[in-house]
Amino acid sequence: MSAAASPTGAASAVSAGQNPAARALIRRHRLRWWEALPWIAGIAFYFAFPDYLGFGCDLLVTILFALSLDLALGYAGIITLGHAAFFGAGAYTVGMLATYNIWTEPISSLLLAAVAAGVIGLLSGLVLLRTTGLTLLMLTLSTMALLYEAANMGAAYTGGFDGLPSLPIGPVFGVFEFNPLYSNTQYLFALAVLFVCFVFVRTLVYSPFGQSLTGIRENVLRMHAIGSPVRRRLIVCYTISAALAGVAGALSAQTTAFVNLAVLGLDRSATVFIVLILGGYGRLYGAFIGAVVYLALEHFLAQIYPAAWQLGLGLLLVLIALFARNGILGLGDALARRYRARRPT
Amino acid sequence: MTDIRLETQALSRRFGALVAVQGIDFKLAAGARHALIGPNGAGKTTFINLLTGVLPPTRGRVLLSGRDITGTAQAERVKLGIARTFQINRLFRGLSVLENVCIAVSERTGAAGTMFTAAGRRTDIIDESMQLLQTFRLADVARHRISELPYGRQRLVELAITIGLKPEVLLLDEPAAGVPSAESHIILEAIERLPEHIAVLIIEHDMDVVFRFAHRVTVMVSGALFAEGTPREIEADARVREVYLGQAGHGASHG
Repeated sequence: MSAAASPTGAASAVSAGQNPAARALIRRHRLRWWEALPWIAGIAFYFAFPDYLGFGCDLLVTILFALSLDLALGYAGIITLGHAAFFGAGAYTVGMLATYNIWTEPISSLLLAAVAAGVIGLLSGLVLLRTTGLTLLMLTLSTMALLYEAANMGAAYTGGFDGLPSLPIGPVFGVFEFNPLYSNTQYLFALAVLFVCFVFVRTLVYSPFGQSLTGIRENVLRMHAIGSPVRRRLIVCYTISAALAGVAGALSAQTTAFVNLAVLGLDRSATVFIVLILGGYGRLYGAFIGAVVYLALEHFLAQIYPAAWQLGLGLLLVLIALFARNGILGLGDALARRYRARRPT
Repeated sequence: MTDIRLETQALSRRFGALVAVQGIDFKLAAGARHALIGPNGAGKTTFINLLTGVLPPTRGRVLLSGRDITGTAQAERVKLGIARTFQINRLFRGLSVLENVCIAVSERTGAAGTMFTAAGRRTDIIDESMQLLQTFRLADVARHRISELPYGRQRLVELAITIGLKPEVLLLDEPAAGVPSAESHIILEAIERLPEHIAVLIIEHDMDVVFRFAHRVTVMVSGALFAEGTPREIEADARVREVYLGQAGHGASHG
């Protein structure tokens, strides 16, 4: 074989599309039928459980928050326990704008919250994405702690520990009012926002940019060696993730008409982390599965064992950590692969 | 020696009291097939790290086609045409072989910054990557994850990724290291089939590889240049035999 190894050599006229690997890559971003299921379920929930729409809003907000974390943690491998910083930033942006009657229109409020959280993500990311591992983890925690204390000390504006109650939220499109007793509008609004954000994230992770984030997660030294501007990519990713977390926080403030310090707490960061691990990180729908399982468990276990519901959750996590490192969806993948391997090809 | 691609002038690097690389003047011509040999700890990998910008030198300069790139960051140097492989595989282990190459190719073409077009729509990149895999006879495992491949074929993926960057200068850090001898001929054949215009510097311990592949050989000992010449000259050099080949127990008498 003395043929020159020119990568662009037109010697072989074989089209890439004939190789199964190339076909898989070309088709990966295409929609599959089951991707409609979460949205059908979301709409069905609206009609089936009209009394649980408050719970439903909570669920949708959690999914969106977990999705934002998935982009940073699952795709780019940015280890963070401080994502509530951005959730809180978004929530307080909406809360303060509404409380002081500066701005109550819900859609533009969401955008303002995204910008506020994104700016905090960008500024903190410029500093903390120089580090990795435990240092990074501690710095994300510190960022959150700083914001928490700032919100606590600025009680004159943020309401401090008591928070900001009874936020006036304007009607959607100037027509659909948020009724504090019935969450119908809130639920549909949250579902629509989640849908838009999901389409955005889905587009992103299947793009070459998203592919390069996966590369950074898998082997950062290799990414440097192929000339990738790694830090810039990480900062862009972290900023987008922060902005999405801000939207989730803002949505939480709008649907509950309430903000307090808990939106900035470690509890919230840890919960969303658990949700993502539970569902499976780096796979888009892990956020959905994780949020549904977590909140459903929390709901039912709290009814059965009001004093010790976290015990059941802890046991589930132990099982996941031992037997399903990639979460519930990862477990499904592994089973599917085993099934396919057994089938003769 | 015609036109010089890569050149170092008095290049040095210390780690505290240890001088890992000491005043190295080195030239790599376009189309060169140059081997860098030396005992363990001679500073060969440190030298490569200085060339690629992984480490800044303590003193001295690195020039690429006459242009000073001493202060240029690693990623920038890749764009200017310096690519390397690693002594130990550094691959995206959880991704498919094809994706490994695609990521490199999209980085080179600048597509990797694209956010709102699906990677699957860039069939130009996928086509090019598939052709690369065919060149390295990896097409049949294109959809396998790296972690499912034997080590020798993983080394080939390293090479394919690097060639996907279309380098002018290629630095190979022990490309056949850790590959069972039954598989190592695949790697050597792949290296022999590299495009001719690329300047190749290969670090290698295996003298058979060096004598088969290189037109020129540089010997490094204790961080400094020790000898340079054609493979025959180096083989005949009594001093080199003493410090280096002697230790290998005449493994060089292959040619």
